[in-house]
Parts: sequence; structure tokens; C-alpha cells
Amino acid sequence: MARCDTKRIGLIVNPVAGLGGRVALKGSDGVAIQQKALLLGARPEAGRRTAAALKELEYLRDRIEFLTYPAEMGEDILRAAGFAFRVVGQIRGSRTEAIDTREAAARMTQMGVDLILFAGGDGTARDIHDALGLGQPVIGIPAGVKIHSAVYGTHPRSAGELARLFLERNDTRLQEREVMDVDEVALRSGRMSARLYGFLSVPVVHHLVQAQKAPSPVSEQTVLQAIALEVVELMESDCLYLLCPGTTTRAVAARLGLAKTLLGVDVVSQQALLAQDATEEQLLALMSGRRAYIIVAPIGGQGFLFGRGNQQISPAVLGLVDKERIVVISTPDKIFALRGEPFLVDTGDPELDRALTGFVPVITGYRERIVYRIAC
Amino acid sequence: MTMRDIPSERCQDGRPRLRRFHQARWDEPIIFELSRQGQRGVLVPQTKDGIRDQVGNVLETLPPGMRRSVPPALPELAQPHVVRHYLRLSQENLGADVNIEIGQGTCTMKYSPKVHDQLAASPKMADLHPLQDERTVQGILEIVYRFEQILKEISGMDRFTFQPGAGSAAIYTNVSIIRAFHASRGEADVRDEMITTIFSHPSNAACAKTAGFKVITLYPDRNGYPEPAALAAAVSERTAGLMITNPEDTGIYNPKIAEFVRIVHEAGGLCAYDQANANGILGITRARDAGFDLCHFNLHKTFSAPHGCGGPGGGACGVSRDLERFLPVPLVSRDGDHYGLDHDLPDSIGKVGPFYGNLPVVLKAYAWVMNLGARGLREVAEVAVLNNNYLLNRMKEIPGVTVPYAPWRRIEQVRYSWEELARETGVHSEELGVRAADYGLHYWTSHHPWVVPEPFTLEPTESPSRADLDEYVAVMRQVAEEARTDSAMVKGAPHRSTIHQIDHGPLDDPSQWAMTWRAYRKKVARSLSKPPEACDRCT
Repeated sequence: MARCDTKRIGLIVNPVAGLGGRVALKGSDGVAIQQKALLLGARPEAGRRTAAALKELEYLRDRIEFLTYPAEMGEDILRAAGFAFRVVGQIRGSRTEAIDTREAAARMTQMGVDLILFAGGDGTARDIHDALGLGQPVIGIPAGVKIHSAVYGTHPRSAGELARLFLERNDTRLQEREVMDVDEVALRSGRMSARLYGFLSVPVVHHLVQAQKAPSPVSEQTVLQAIALEVVELMESDCLYLLCPGTTTRAVAARLGLAKTLLGVDVVSQQALLAQDATEEQLLALMSGRRAYIIVAPIGGQGFLFGRGNQQISPAVLGLVDKERIVVISTPDKIFALRGEPFLVDTGDPELDRALTGFVPVITGYRERIVYRIAC
Repeated sequence: MTMRDIPSERCQDGRPRLRRFHQARWDEPIIFELSRQGQRGVLVPQTKDGIRDQVGNVLETLPPGMRRSVPPALPELAQPHVVRHYLRLSQENLGADVNIEIGQGTCTMKYSPKVHDQLAASPKMADLHPLQDERTVQGILEIVYRFEQILKEISGMDRFTFQPGAGSAAIYTNVSIIRAFHASRGEADVRDEMITTIFSHPSNAACAKTAGFKVITLYPDRNGYPEPAALAAAVSERTAGLMITNPEDTGIYNPKIAEFVRIVHEAGGLCAYDQANANGILGITRARDAGFDLCHFNLHKTFSAPHGCGGPGGGACGVSRDLERFLPVPLVSRDGDHYGLDHDLPDSIGKVGPFYGNLPVVLKAYAWVMNLGARGLREVAEVAVLNNNYLLNRMKEIPGVTVPYAPWRRIEQVRYSWEELARETGVHSEELGVRAADYGLHYWTSHHPWVVPEPFTLEPTESPSRADLDEYVAVMRQVAEEARTDSAMVKGAPHRSTIHQIDHGPLDDPSQWAMTWRAYRKKVARSLSKPPEACDRCT
């Protein structure tokens, strides 16, 4: 077993995360909803789920020092589980708020932690993102109602296990994972509306076993560069290329020597940036009278191509592009993570959605494709 | 003192007890560490003076180019120590002759009759040299020719080569033939895309890539094989061909395979059938009948040559008449009673291996088929399928085991999943497989990528008995139960094996590898001020 010296983990628990779920309130953002949930008999889940994640770290107990926040934000749970910890800040008001999460994350990072482990939902992930951005490894313990962000383990125990493996091994890598923002108000009135909020750095650990038939895992960076090389080679000089949000398209831009916005649609032609973070209007104007390609990667853990985080690619924009000029790119890992579930499209125009369904060859490497299904 | 009742030791409540297995652990040094200067295995008698005066030094009659200038740096040991050393090492393995080796899915670890080894070791085979004049090796040439006829009958193909040294080499041979075919029609630049599936052996994608093709991989639908519509979306005027294993490592046979071939043919491509998984279809279905243009067999898998130890292996590539001219040279041909080597193939892709193949492997494969006969071959397939489906039904009874994709029966192997058990207990497939070693058993998980989560793949073949299968199932059931009641113990396995847990990190770090003792000494010497000394224990 690989040895490790003492590791520091910052633990931040959002105690109100998940409050709205069981009572079908679609979320817990805001004091009013939280109070309503409690009146409906909701009970907080975050503490229990955090404890389940911490069980995976039990045998590393002597080698971990936790930094945490008072009471239900982490202290109580760590004490009950028997871990050593230090409380490094104060909860501002009489109840925990988003600002406490942000301050906790900032303070822990400033003091230096190997990992920030946080429990919550999309809202909590956004707060962590606001404080940290990329670079600091984080792992989310799923405890919220809305888990559209790709920064969470599938369940508390797998989050804990990922934390354990990350701390024990030298061969883990960080992957940029999406933080999503789903509009709760819209959701409560039956509309699904999500935007891509940002990215966080999450460890990814490849499987341990060295079966005879297994190759060495190739790093995500290598795969992204291979995809980028392939896309750039295929680019024609007189066409427009709409690069959708995400890290895969960003790698394509990097190959061209261009800095791309992570969350926006940037437009490239003749290896130069014509627009950054373009609106639908700007896109339509640029595309008028020109041949255009859309280069898109699936968003996060759900495989949405259109409709989550790239609404600027509206039905009107899509209408100007032949289906063959929609180029889907993805690392193979993102496809495998879908577990056979198809890519999804939700453009807002059901007929357009149906026209987009079928099979698409996805660029997954240099001169490599995986044929995958799109559904709506 | 009373005698113990053996039957009751073996059974409880009418069921066999689990084996109280414990592997040998010798902590045996590397053989070079056992070397002691001056020790000899054999003292070669000296030539008597009188004879030496007459005959001279015989060694000096060896051609100078064949004489060593420096003695080989072999370790110096006495015979008993050599015997002891290698027997000890052999006790520290699990392998097809020692355990119930059905856990190596897709490897087809069937029993290899020892009489075949005797045939291959006979001087009639072992003393042959591949560069001997044709006229002096008619026997083995006849065997190669006859075996070719057998494979033609099994596959429906028109001509075979045995030059590839293994399965991947055979796949590469087929890719090269496809490439040469399109080049001969001036379409080398246009037809640069090869289609395969994610469950085909990774060598199909790898060989296509190495041969310069763009690789298009089809994903399975919920039944476990790609839909024809997916293939239709992948073909175009750029399609060079399709390379596919069927049944795939899930054990699922693609019932639309003929349609797949038709779709690719209509697009102008060729179809190559990776028959690594032929064991369940021998005598039941033929590559050519589905329309394939090329196929390959693994002689060390299906034909029992055997499989193991990294070789020796043998790949047999079969092609339709139109593609014969591209085969590697030389081919074995027959002219009346005379067998010969045919080098006259101007369109040949060249050589894919030395000489004309791994002949002892061909010999053993031929002997295996001849011992079975045509009816026996079919029985091999039927029993392999029967064993596999019996095992499948028993394994499905174990709580925590699921079988992904199509709910209907499998052919000769099954890819299972421990995902339910892993979710319940936190114990993973690799850990469960390692715990199985405490009962003298083993399994293989899956090729990468792990499309099936927490996978394990079992292929019994026709060799095990029902009792063997029952023992395997009993151990799997036991290990799953242990994962529920004592997950820490399972995660800490193996406990009764030769070694315990190892750090896998160095396996991915080339700087920590040493394939030879010499390489190891160099690397160690580099990191120490002086090389390590052996102590007196190693005598």
C-alpha cells in the first residue's frame, strides 16, 4: 500500500442542502423555501451523507487533519466520527448562508489543503466555485436536491472512496468538471432551464488492476490534444466555426493559439477569433451568408449536446447549419460515463430535436471516432 | 485413536465443502542470486588422451561465426538446486493445469492434451530447421497443408496462412490485406476508414490504427451489439472495411451479422472476422456463410495449442479466393504427392513473421482436431455453450451478480457485473477476484474501456466437468457473501496466496521496470554506491 504523510482536508457541509427534495420543492435556495420545507416535515440529509462518505476515510484517520467550520457545517460530524479537526472560521449569522460556504472554502485554500470535500447540491457547488475556481482539488458529497453538476460522486460512499484514493496514490489526475445552475423557479413551474456556471478541478482515478490485457491509462490532457489536433486538421479556411462551451472545445482553441471562454460560444475563422461569448444575435449576424460548423461537446454527466449551458445555439442558429456540419467532440471517458444512455438535445423546438436524433460519429481522438446515439 | 471419516470432511449437508486452499510461498531468490562460482549441473566427461590425439579439438571445427567469444553469463548451479528452484516457482502459480481455469474469459483455456506436447517435442519436429530444403520436410508441410484444408472447411474460406505468430499478428495481417486490396484498385487514399465495435478485441482497433486507418468504433445498444443503423451511419465511400469479433466478449452473438456484412459490402468495404471467440460456433456457423472476406483463428485458444505464458502462439488467417494473392509468402502448396513452399505471389503483402509459421503450434492444433474428428469439433462447440449457459444460470442465482444487455442466452462466455454488490458493500470486482485466489481460483475482468461496470468475464470451454463448474460457483457465492459480512477482509485479500497486496504504481512507471537481471543490476548499481552482495543463505 502506498504510504502518505499527513494530508489536510477541508470539510464544508451545507446543512440545508437537500432540504427541499423529499417534500418535492425542487431545491433549497433561499430562506423562504427552507422554512417551507421544514414546515412540511423535511429533515436535513447533509450530515448523515457526510458521515457515510467519511467512513471510507476511517482507516486513514491517523494521517488526516481536517479543517472545518463550526457546528453543522462540519465540526459536529467530524467529532461524532472521531476525526481530528480544527475549526478555522465563524458562521456569520444565526443560520448558515452561502457566504459562509464561500468564506470557508477561501480560508481553507489559503491555509493550504490537499483536498476540499464538500456536501451539498448545485448551489453549494456554485458557492465553492465562486470562492475557488480551478486548481484546488475538490470532491462533492451529493446531498442536495439538484445534482446537475459533474463535481459530485454518484453517492456519498463513492465520494469518500475517491477522496481516499486521491490521498493515497500518486497517479491521480485532475479533471475540469462542470458546475451547473438550474433555475429553481422555472423548474417549479415545470420548465427546465440550466446554464453552465463554471468548472471545478476534481480528481479522477483510473482503476487499479493491471490485468494482462489492460493498457496504461492515457492522460486526459493527451486525449484532449489528440482531439484538438484532429479538429484543427479538418478545419477549412473559408468557414466559420462555432466553438461551444467546455474544456474540450477550449483545447481546440488552444491548439490554434487562441484563448477561449470556458462558458461561452466563441467563433473562429481562419484560425482567428471573430467573437467571444457570443449571443444568439451576434451568432446569427456572423453566420449570415457564410458556411458554418458547430463544434460541440456533451455537457458533464448527462450528455446534453444542446439545451444545457449553450442556449445561444438556438433553433435559429441550428437552422443555419446542415446536420453534417454539427461536429461532436468528446473524450472517450465522457461517453463511457453515460453508461449507454444517449446524448440528449433539448433546443426548445421539438421538431428540431427530432431532426437531430440519430447516430453521430464523435471525434474522440486523432483519427478516431465513436458512433453514438442522440435522443430527445 | 480413531480414523477420521473422509467423506464427512469433504462434504456438509450433501454439498462439497469449500477447499481449504493455501498456496505455497517460498520466498525464492532470483536464480542469479543462487549462482555460486564453480558449481556445475553436469560434469562433461573429458575426452581420453589417445582419442583426442586422433580427433583433435572438435569444437574448433565449428564455423567461426557460430563460436562465442565470451561465455554466456548463465548462473552456476548444481542440478538439485535447479530442479528445486523451478518446481518451487511453479508451485507459486495458478494456471490452467492446476486450477479450474474458467475465469480467463475470451482466452479459451481448454485442456491441452499432453500427448500433443510429446508430438511437438519429438525429434521429428523439434530437430527441423525452417531453412531446410522443402524435399526434406515433406511431413510437416503435409501437416500444414492438411490443417489448412480443415480450417477451410471450418470457415468456408479458400486459402490460409499460418505465418502470423499470434492473434494480434493475424489481425494485423488481415488489416494489411485489406489495405493492399484497396491500393490495388487505386483507392488507398480514399478508403482510409476502418469500422469496429467497442466490444471487439482491442487489437482490431489498434491494428487498424497502426496500419494507418482512421478508426470508427460502434457502441452497443441495449442488447449488447450495435444497431445496423449505427453501422449505416458509419459507412461511406471512405470505408475500407469492418473488423469485428462475433460473439463478442459479452458472449452475445450479433444476430444481424449478415446484414452488417451486406452494409459494408454495399459501401465497397471488406469484412474481416476476428474469430478469437470461435469455440462456441465450430461446425455450427461459418465466416464465409455470413459473407466475410477474411477471418482469423487463434490456434492457441480454440485449437488448444495451448494458450498461456505469452506463447508460443499461432494465428491462422483465411481469405476468400479474390484476396489470395495478397497473402504473406511463402504459402504451403501441393502438387500431387509433393508439398512445397510457394513464393510466387507478386501482390503479397510480404512477410508478417519469420519463415512460414509456428509449426509446432500448427502441429498441435492439427493433432487436436484429428483426435476429435468433425463430429467431435461440433461437440466441442455444443459442450462449450452448454457449460457456459449452465454456469450462467448458476451465477445469476448469486445475489449481487447481474448480467448486462440481452436477457437471452449467451454463446461460449459471459461478461458479468458485480455492480449491485459493489454498491451494497463498497467491494470492487478486482478485490473480489483477488479474494478468489484464496480458494485457488481467478478471473479476468474486462478489456479496457470498462463499458460494463465492475466486470468479470468467465469462459468455461468444453473442458470442465459439472463438478468443476459447481466448485467455481460455490467460491463466487462465498466471496460475495464475505463481501457483505466482512468487507475489510475481502478488501485486504489475498490472505492465503504466495504474496499479498502489492503496490501497482511501479507497473505503470517504465523507470521501475527491469526485464532482465542485467538490466536490474544496472539500475540498482546506478542507485547504490556499490552493487548488492548476496549472503550465504542462497546456497
